[in-house]
Amino acid sequence: MKKSVFLGAVASTALIAGAAQAQQTLESVMDRGELNCGVSTGLAGFSAPDANGVWQGFDVAVCRAVAAAIFDDPMAVNFVPTTGQTRFSALASGEVDMLARNTTWTFTRDVELRLTFVGVNYYDGQGFMVNREIGVSSAMELDGATVCIQTGTTTELNLADFFRSNNMEYEPVPIETNAEAQQQYLAGACDVYTTDVSGLAATRASFETPDDHVILPEIISKEPLGPVVRDGDKNWEAIVRWTLFALVAAEELGITSANVAELAQGTDNPETNRLLGSEGEMGAQLGLDADWAVRAIAAGGNYGEIFAANIGDQTPIGLARGLNALWTQGGLQYSMPFR
Amino acid sequence: MSTATEQPHRKVEPKKSFTLSMLLYDQRYRSITIQVFFLFLLMLAAAWLVDNTINNLRAQGQDFSFRFLNAPAGYDISQRPIEYNSQMTHGRAALVGLLNTLILAVMACVLATILGVIAGVLRLSNNWIVGRLMTVYVEVFRNIPTLLWILIFGAIMTEAMPAPSAFRGDDPSASMLFNESVAITNRGVYIPAIIFERDLGTVTLGPVSPSISWLLVIVIVVASVWANKLLIAHATRVQNATGVRPKTWWKSILILLGPLAAYFIFLGAHLQHPELRGFNFRDGVHLRNSLIAMWLGLGIYTGAFIAEIVRAGILAISRGQTEAAFALGLQPGKTMRLVILPQALRVIIPPLISNYLNITKNTSLGLAVGYMDLRSTLGGITINQTGRELEGMMLMMLIYLAISLTISGALNVYNSRVKLKER
Repeated sequence: MKKSVFLGAVASTALIAGAAQAQQTLESVMDRGELNCGVSTGLAGFSAPDANGVWQGFDVAVCRAVAAAIFDDPMAVNFVPTTGQTRFSALASGEVDMLARNTTWTFTRDVELRLTFVGVNYYDGQGFMVNREIGVSSAMELDGATVCIQTGTTTELNLADFFRSNNMEYEPVPIETNAEAQQQYLAGACDVYTTDVSGLAATRASFETPDDHVILPEIISKEPLGPVVRDGDKNWEAIVRWTLFALVAAEELGITSANVAELAQGTDNPETNRLLGSEGEMGAQLGLDADWAVRAIAAGGNYGEIFAANIGDQTPIGLARGLNALWTQGGLQYSMPFR
Repeated sequence: MSTATEQPHRKVEPKKSFTLSMLLYDQRYRSITIQVFFLFLLMLAAAWLVDNTINNLRAQGQDFSFRFLNAPAGYDISQRPIEYNSQMTHGRAALVGLLNTLILAVMACVLATILGVIAGVLRLSNNWIVGRLMTVYVEVFRNIPTLLWILIFGAIMTEAMPAPSAFRGDDPSASMLFNESVAITNRGVYIPAIIFERDLGTVTLGPVSPSISWLLVIVIVVASVWANKLLIAHATRVQNATGVRPKTWWKSILILLGPLAAYFIFLGAHLQHPELRGFNFRDGVHLRNSLIAMWLGLGIYTGAFIAEIVRAGILAISRGQTEAAFALGLQPGKTMRLVILPQALRVIIPPLISNYLNITKNTSLGLAVGYMDLRSTLGGITINQTGRELEGMMLMMLIYLAISLTISGALNVYNSRVKLKER
C-alpha cells in the first residue's frame, strides 16, 4: 500500500512540475504584471541606472519596447542585473524572462546551452584598450602584457585564441564585472582591458580623462550581440524577436516616436499598415493587442533613435553606426519582412 | 486496546494478537512507526527532488553527462602549478584549480596557525600593552567578514603598490628590495626562484609530471628528519643507561642540512632573480595579488579564531600544574613546553580541525579577487562555457567534501595520538 501511495505522490508532483513548465512565458508575464529582464551589472550607454535609479541604455530600450508591446507601459520592467557568469542560469531557471545584456550569439550557446537568440541588436567585435602612456599602437605588441578580462564571456576564449595563434604570452586577470575591471585597469593592475569595442568605448567614456586611453585598431573577433530567450516557447520567442524587428523596420519605413501615432491611423504603405496594426491581425497572432508595435516604437523610438539617444555620435560614448547602420545604408541591420 | 497502555502490567501477557492500531497506541511500536513515517517523508522529498530535476532537465532538452570534462577548455589560467594551456581539457583545468585551492589552503593554514599560537600565548602575557594589542587583533579580525578582509588586502595590493613601469628608467620611482631580488608591484610580489643548472628533468605520474630534482629534495628532507630522530633516540638511550646525555646539536645540524646542501651544490642550484622585461617582471616566482590577498585575508582572519582556541586551551590547564612544575624546579619556558602545551593540545586540536576545514572551504571565495581555484575554474568558467551547472556543481561539492573529510580524518588520527590516554 505504501508503495502505491509513494508512486502516486511522485506522479502527482511530476504532473505539477510539468504543468508549471508548460505555462507560457507570456501568460506568466501578464499574470505578474511586469517583465523580468536580465541586464548587465552596469555598462554606461547599454544598461545602467541613471541618477534617479531608472535603468537607461541601448539594451534596456529593448526590454522597455517588449514591455510596452505587452502592457502599453515601458516602465513595467523589473531589471535583474546579471554577471557574465550568472546570466544563463538566471534565464534557464526562469528568474528572468529574457536577457538583453550584450550577449554574443555563438554555436555553443545556441546548440549546447539551448538558448534562443532572437536577433542581433548590435554587431560588435572584441578589441583592446590601453593607456596611451605605454606607447603601444597595435595588439601585436602586447606580448607579455597583463590583461584584465571578464570571466564567463566569449572574450575570454577569443583572447586565449588570439594570443596563442600569434604565439604571444599574456597574464590573464579574471574579473567578474565591468566596474571591477575598470577599477583594476585604472589602478594599473593590468596593462590592457579587453572586451567588446562598444563596451570599451562605454567604459572609456566614464573615465575622468578618456583621452589618455586608446582602443587599439585590431578587432579580434565577431561579436553579434542580441537578446536571448529560453528554448521551447515559440510564442514568447516570436514576441521578443518581432519587437526587435519592429524597431528596425520602423527605421526602414521612416516611422519615429514622433509620427508613429499619426501613421497608426492608416497610410498608403501596406507594410506600415500591417506593422502598426491598421491592417491584418499580426498582434492577435502574437497574443498581443493590434497596436503592439505602435507602443513598442513609441516607448523609445525606432532602432536609429534608440542608437542615437544612448550610444550614438552625440553621446559621450560616441559610437558610429558602422556595421549597425541599416542595410540600405551599408550596414547589417535588416528587418525580416512583416508579411 | 487503550487498556493496554493504561495498564502496563498487562503488556507481559503472552500471545497477545497483533492489530494495526497497536502501531500507534502501543509504546513498543510507536517510536518505530514514527521513524518509519518520517523516513518515508524524507524519501518522498528526495524522490521529488530527483524527479523534478530529471523532468526539468528533459524539458530543457539536456542530458546528464560528464563528457564536457574531456572537451578543450579554451580559457587560460594565470597561476599554473602544472603544465596547462587553453587547448587542454576542462578536466585538466579543474585539476589546476584544485591544486591552486590546495596550495592556498596549506599556505593559509600555516599562516593562521603561526599567528594564532603567537597571538593566543601573547594575549595571556602579563605585559599590559602586548596583551591588549593581541585583544585588538583578535576582536578586529574575527568580527569583520573574511570576504571584506580579502577585498581589503586585494585593494591594498592593487592600489598602493607601484606598477612595474615605475621600476624602469634611469631614476625609477620604485626599486627592488633585498639586493635587487624582490619586487613588490601592483600585480603581485616577485621573489627569486631556485634554479638547478644540472636539472634532472621530469617524471610523468599520471596527469602530472613533477620535476625529479624537487621530488629528490623532498626525499632528502624526509630522510634527514628520520635520521635525526634516530640520533635523538640514541642519545636518549645513552642518557638512560649512563645518566649523561651526549651532545647532539652539531650532529643534528649536520644531518638536517648537510645532505640538502651537498645535493644543491651537486645540481648547481642558484637563485634566479626576477627581472623587468617588457610589460612585467619575468623569471623568479610570481606571487599574484589574488594569491596574496586570499592568503593574508584567510590566514589573518582565521588566525584570530585560532588565537582564542589556543588561549582557551592554555587556560583549561589548572594553575596547579604550573605550580607543581615550578616546585620541581622547571623554568617557565620548559613548563610551557613540557607541561602546559602537551595538555593544552588535547583541548586545542578538535576546534583547530574545524578551523582548518573553514579555511579550506573559504578558499572558494577566490573568485572575488580573481584567484583561479576550483570554484573559479570548474565551478565558474567551465560551468559557464559548457552550461553543465548540475554536473559541475555536484562534482565540485564531491571534491570539497573529499578534501574536508581527508583533512578531518588525518587530524583526528593526530588527535587520538595526543589526547589523554586512559589506561
